Amino acid sequence: MYNFEYKKAGSVDEAAGIVGADDEAKLLAGGMTYIPTLKQRLAAPTTVVDLNGVGGMDGISADGNGVTVGAMARHAAVAASAEVAAAIPALADLASHIGDPQVRNRGTIGGSIANNDPAADYPAALVGLGATVQTNKRTIAADDFFTGLFETALGQDEIVTAVSFPRAGKAAYMKFPNPASRYAIVGVFVAQAADGVRVAVTGAGPCVFRVAEMEAALAANWSADSVAGLGISADGLNEDIHASAEYRAHLVTVMAKRAVAKAG
Amino acid sequence: MTVSVSLTVNGEAVSADVEPRTLLVQMLREELGLTGTHVGCDTSQCGACVVHVDGESVKACTLLAVQAEGADVKTIEGVADGDTLHPMQQAFHENHGLQCGFCTPGMIMSALDLVKNNPDPSEREIREWLEGNLCRCTGYHNIVKSIDAGARAMRG
Repeated sequence: MYNFEYKKAGSVDEAAGIVGADDEAKLLAGGMTYIPTLKQRLAAPTTVVDLNGVGGMDGISADGNGVTVGAMARHAAVAASAEVAAAIPALADLASHIGDPQVRNRGTIGGSIANNDPAADYPAALVGLGATVQTNKRTIAADDFFTGLFETALGQDEIVTAVSFPRAGKAAYMKFPNPASRYAIVGVFVAQAADGVRVAVTGAGPCVFRVAEMEAALAANWSADSVAGLGISADGLNEDIHASAEYRAHLVTVMAKRAVAKAG
Repeated sequence: MTVSVSLTVNGEAVSADVEPRTLLVQMLREELGLTGTHVGCDTSQCGACVVHVDGESVKACTLLAVQAEGADVKTIEGVADGDTLHPMQQAFHENHGLQCGFCTPGMIMSALDLVKNNPDPSEREIREWLEGNLCRCTGYHNIVKSIDAGARAMRG
C-alpha cells in the first residue's frame, strides 16, 4: 500500500471540502473494496477521508412510500432491519447475501454504490427497484447514477447521504456468487417496481443494466416461463478466470428465471 | 509520517505510532506482538484475521489501524480465562475442530460473534455463517461440530 494522509471527517461538509480541494483525495466508507484496492496498489490517494466519524448517516427508516437507508448503514444492519424486511423483503434478502458476515459488518450501501464495482449486489437493487440516490447536492435517479465500470454520476465533492427505495410488488434477487469472494458472477433483481416491471443485471457487464425484453415479457405475464426463452447477447459482457462472456450471458437467463420464481 | 493510535486490546489500553496505511492486523501482530491473529489470503476472503472490534467480528486485514482509534478490540489471545480455555476453544479441542490450526483463531472469533446473536444456531446457520472463513485442510465438518458443541456449552 502506498502511504497517504488520513483524515477523519466530522461532517459531510468537511469531507466534501477536503475532496473538493484535492482531486487525489478519496473517501473511505466501509472500506471493504477500497482497502483491498489500496493494498493492491491500484490506487494512490494523497489523503483518505474517513466518513466513519460522521454521525447520523446510518439510519434506516420506512414509511408508506418505501425505505430510506442512510449511506453509512452497514449491510448487516439492512439485512437485520425489521422495517426493511416488512417493506421490501427482497432488499433485506439481498443485503444478507453480500460478501460474508464480516464484510457485512463493515460494508456500507453508500460505499458500495459510489464504488460501483461491476459485480456488486446493491446496484441491482437500486436499478431493479427504481431507487433515488440522495447526495449532499441533489437527488439522482438510479437509472442515471451508474454510468460505467467503477463510474457514477457523482462529482468529485459529491457524497452519497442516503438511498430511497420505493415500495414494490413482487420482487426478488438471485445471484450466482463467486464461491470465494461472494461477489456476483451474475446477479439479477426482478421487481414489480413502482413505475413498472424492472429487471436489473449486475456482474455480467461493466455496469448494472436493465433487460427491456424481459421487462416487457414479465409485465405481460409474471412467471419464470416468460423469461425462460429470452437471452442476452454475450457481446461486451465481462470475461475473466471465473466465467466467460457466454457463460455469463447464459446465467442472466437462469438467474432471471430463479428470481421470478423466488418472488412468487 | 506516523500517527498515534490508542485503543483497548483484550481489556488493556495500548497505543502505538503507526503509518496511516498500517492495517489493524499489522499493528496487532507487529507492534503489539499478538500473533494469534493470522494473515492468510490478505485479500479479505479467508477470515484467518477475524477479530472483534466493538463487539462485532471484522477482518483485521481490511481495516486501517487508525480506524480503530478508541475502539475495544478482542483477539484470540483475549478469549481464554488465564489457563482455562473458553468453552468454544475447548469444543474445538474436543471435536478435532482443527488440523493445521491456521484458520482456527478466525474460526473461533467468527463463531463467538455468531453465538452472541444466535445462541442456538442450526447446523445450516453455522455453515452459512462460516462463508467468510476458509479452511484449506477441508476440516469444515468438525469445525461445524465444534461450534455446535461450543454454543451448547456456552448456553450451559
